[in-house]
Amino acid sequence: MQATDIGDPDYFHRVVECQWACPAHTNVPEYIRLIAQGRYSDAYMVNRESNVFPGILGRTCDRPCEPACRRERVDGSPVAICRLKRVASDLRDDITDRLPHAPGVKNGKRVACIGTGPASLVVANDLMPLGYEVTIFEATAEPGGLMRTSIPSFRLPAQVLEEEIGYIVDMGVEVRYSTPVTSLAALGRDGYDAIFIGSGAPKGKDLAVEGRHADPEHVHIGLDWLKSVAFGHIGSIGSRVLVIGVGNTAMDCCRTARRIGGTDVKIMARRPRQFFKASPWELEDAEEEQVEILVNHAPQRFITEEGRLVGVEFDVLEWDENATHSRKVDTVFLPCDDVILAIGQENAFPWIERDLGLDFSQDGLPVVDTVTMQTTLPGVFAGGDAAFGPKNIIWAVAHGHEAAISIDNHCRGIPVDERPVTRMTLTSQKMGLTEWSYHNDYNPSPRQQMAHVDLVKRFSELRLEVELGFSADQTMREVQRCLNCDVQPVFDAPLCIECDACIDICPVACLTIAPDADSEANLRTMLTVAAENLDEALYVSEPLAQTGRIMVKDENLCVHCGLCAERCPTAAWNMEKFDLRLGRAGIGVLL
Amino acid sequence: MPSINKPLIPLAALPTNEIGLTVRDYEGSMSTLCAGCGHDSVTAAIVRTLFELSIPPHKVVKLSGIGCSSKTTAYFDSAAHGFNSAHGRMAPIATGANAANRDVLYIGISGDGDSLSIGAGHMVHAIRRNVHMVYVIENNGVYGLTKGQFSASADIGSAAKHGEANTVAPVDPVMLALSLGASFVARSFSGDKEQLVPILKAAAQHRGLALIDVISPCVQFNNHYGSTKSYRYVREHELREIDPDFISTGHEIVADLPRDGAMMVAMHDGGLVRFRTLPADYDPTDREAAMHYVNRAHARGEIPTGLLFVDESVPDVHELNHTSETPLVELPFDDLCPGSAELEALQQSFV
Ligand SMILES: Cc1cc2nc3c(=O)[nH]c(=O)nc-3n(C[C@H](O)[C@H](O)[C@H](O)COP(=O)(O)OP(=O)(O)OC[C@H]3O[C@@H](n4cnc5c(N)ncnc54)[C@H](O)[C@@H]3O)c2cc1C
Ligand SMILES: Cc1ncc(C[n+]2csc(CCOP(=O)(O)OP(=O)(O)O)c2C)c(N)n1
Ligand code: SF4
Ligand code: SF4
Ligand code: SF4
Ligand SMILES: [Mg+2]
Repeated sequence: MQATDIGDPDYFHRVVECQWACPAHTNVPEYIRLIAQGRYSDAYMVNRESNVFPGILGRTCDRPCEPACRRERVDGSPVAICRLKRVASDLRDDITDRLPHAPGVKNGKRVACIGTGPASLVVANDLMPLGYEVTIFEATAEPGGLMRTSIPSFRLPAQVLEEEIGYIVDMGVEVRYSTPVTSLAALGRDGYDAIFIGSGAPKGKDLAVEGRHADPEHVHIGLDWLKSVAFGHIGSIGSRVLVIGVGNTAMDCCRTARRIGGTDVKIMARRPRQFFKASPWELEDAEEEQVEILVNHAPQRFITEEGRLVGVEFDVLEWDENATHSRKVDTVFLPCDDVILAIGQENAFPWIERDLGLDFSQDGLPVVDTVTMQTTLPGVFAGGDAAFGPKNIIWAVAHGHEAAISIDNHCRGIPVDERPVTRMTLTSQKMGLTEWSYHNDYNPSPRQQMAHVDLVKRFSELRLEVELGFSADQTMREVQRCLNCDVQPVFDAPLCIECDACIDICPVACLTIAPDADSEANLRTMLTVAAENLDEALYVSEPLAQTGRIMVKDENLCVHCGLCAERCPTAAWNMEKFDLRLGRAGIGVLL
Repeated sequence: MPSINKPLIPLAALPTNEIGLTVRDYEGSMSTLCAGCGHDSVTAAIVRTLFELSIPPHKVVKLSGIGCSSKTTAYFDSAAHGFNSAHGRMAPIATGANAANRDVLYIGISGDGDSLSIGAGHMVHAIRRNVHMVYVIENNGVYGLTKGQFSASADIGSAAKHGEANTVAPVDPVMLALSLGASFVARSFSGDKEQLVPILKAAAQHRGLALIDVISPCVQFNNHYGSTKSYRYVREHELREIDPDFISTGHEIVADLPRDGAMMVAMHDGGLVRFRTLPADYDPTDREAAMHYVNRAHARGEIPTGLLFVDESVPDVHELNHTSETPLVELPFDDLCPGSAELEALQQSFV
């Protein structure tokens, strides 16, 4: 067998499941340990380096890290990574003097960004410290994009949003509010060295059924309606509300409706529950607020009496197993005062002339390189929802970082596909004979549950944050659930005397000294416990000195407890902290 | 000593044995031996043996003397009974316990110091009596606990950690046992569980004293270049020609019938040991041949391992001494202590 190349930063990165799954590759275990030590500001800064908005994301992130978390494999629930991020944010001290700042002398390059959503903000965050002059054009009167206009303030308080946007804008970004870009060609003529399109997917989808436009005052497009509530233009709704759609937008709509007059709010879904797009926790939160979810209902007709909406007629459907084919089994009429359409978002680029050389694909999206974020028009880049359709904040952040690298390259005459090198360090965590710089014991605590403001109180105040955050006690329990997947058992084959001590002590039987195998598939069957999770690598050593056998570790099972290293008489196993250093705009220059 | 206890992690459901226990149910407390000590591997092999044989944990008695090796008993089967005796006195305690209760599995763990020096006399007599027990010598050629002095099993010429060579002839527990008429004699290596576990299984099913000399390197004081009990030396000189497989009674054995000259030996309670021997004429039931073979291998500087000799027909301690079939704890008080009149009568019978 070929020995594993642990010099490849991807190898150990994959073992840190949460970091690998995070689009911005946040160093989760590091910030969790810092929280455990009460170093909240440091934990905040570790977050900020990757995801830029720890306070915002600690409340709203889509959390792709959590389904990936190793802890889930152990006791069925991942570490509450997102909640802990909020702890770091809530409990930090003033960190303003640790933030990057723009140099007094500019580098003479000007960059225009369109939209103040997370994607553009991250581009500005990365380019301002390098001396770029960044100008952002924003159609609305306030920054933040959908984070401000769509995500309700009872989930994301305005003050949190403002603070973190301020950290970026205060570096001297010029934001032109209420200034929609109406022509890319015209913007191009303004002499910017690069343009970044971060205009999002701002259009809510409409529904073409009979009677849809008979009473426009009482049929709302979810995205626009949320925005109007956010800006204070709408302050009430009828008591009986039907929300059509089951994505995350629908959840925010129904919960908002509950706060401004809706007492009987129903979510109307075409398909069965397991096919919903909303995250499970958003569904739970909506149901906690007494929103009823009706499945297998397809809207057919909006019914008005004397021009006033009185209800909607639905087909009741029966679906096959995979919900691909349906059959109508009944028709029902549901009375209501208002309907909110929350059936999805679309991109719209009426302001981009189609003859500039910026190509669009069939689905109406600009053609954008997934690594460099470059469009087909050199010097014009795109990211976030504008580039690849509606996703989420953390993807927009990841795109922003990559786009900033490309813009920096472009402005310095370096090909955009020349990416800065990803580096890594491995640092021994040994503090004494059997002492480590991390807490290696397994803590059996269950996942901590978030406490919520009581229902009466939350319905009385539209902007009152519902989630209370973890208590000190909950935080201390939750941090100990993290298995420190970044602290890697690293094996030094020539030191091994094949005494079996590590094999005997390993609590999860992930180690084997195996005869050399001709293929990984065979090796997987020869281990102490057969390695059946093919998504997880085997860590394979060079042949051992005494018998020529190989040391094999199944990364699927290891819980990073360090006992192998404690029992190893020759320190052939040692616990070393893996630290990933991702390339960033400007950092490539230093290499 | 590790900084933490070996945690119980519900990662994948552990397999259970016939009595519904997992391998973790046969563990003991955390080892305080040096990291890499061969004795810990022997512990792991015993844990596996007890688990695979589905032995109820409380039906085991662990006995030991003094030494790092003798500490091993603390590290497996915490539900078992145990007796940690004075230096070299494991064998007499085991003999006494045998007399009182024949309904449990006795596992004696000793060292080369404990059994071949201070306790040599006791071991000799336990072998003669064929005490019903598994007798493991964790043999590292030194007194580990007292910082590495040569023990009675150190080979002539084997070097101590600081260089001086041993000049006194060794006691070989295998030859000693064979010459004393032992009924089960094996040698193995802590670094070779694939061999050690089947031997331990056969030993646990043997009627009488099953002596296993396990070369178990002392990583602290006797694992250097020049030592004949280091991991490297044993690996380079091990003659692993007599390989046993233990087939428990409960299992299908038809498919495992002898092939390529292998031979089967039936254990007392029906289990089978299958030998695979490379010298085609090696007969593990022929005591003289075994002695000859071990002697010749030794002269060539080789360390023959495997189950070297077994004879299920030798009467054990119970047969020889007509011990009570019912454990003394289970005898009704009137039978156990028939009263002064009976005693008087007994004494009169000697007059
Ligand atoms: C109801 C709802 C709830 C959501 N909840 C979550 C959540 O909990 N977690 C999560 O991660 N994601 C959530 N999302 C998705 C998330 O908000 C978006 O994916 C993210 O904000 C996209 O960022 P962006 O930078 O690409 O663009 P956006 O945030 O969409 O920002 C685009 C900005 O560009 C401006 N703009 C558009 N066109 C022009 C123009 N021509 N000129 C000038 N300015 C222009 C817009 O006004 C807007 O401010 C939610 C989305 C919705 C609709
Ligand atoms: C009566 C008595 N004499 C001497 C000692 C000192 N002593 C303790 S352990 C030991 C030797 C142990 O050697 P061994 O049995 O080979 O065990 P190891 O530590 O090598 O595993 C000696 C001599 C003692 N404890 N008691
Ligand atoms: S256990 Fe900790 S380090 Fe491992 S994947 Fe989960 S959060 Fe990340
Ligand atoms: S750190 Fe070592 S002992 Fe612990 S689970 Fe991983 S390989 Fe096993
Ligand atoms: S001194 Fe030797 S025998 Fe004793 S625990 Fe250490 S390695 Fe094992
Ligand atoms: Mg010894």
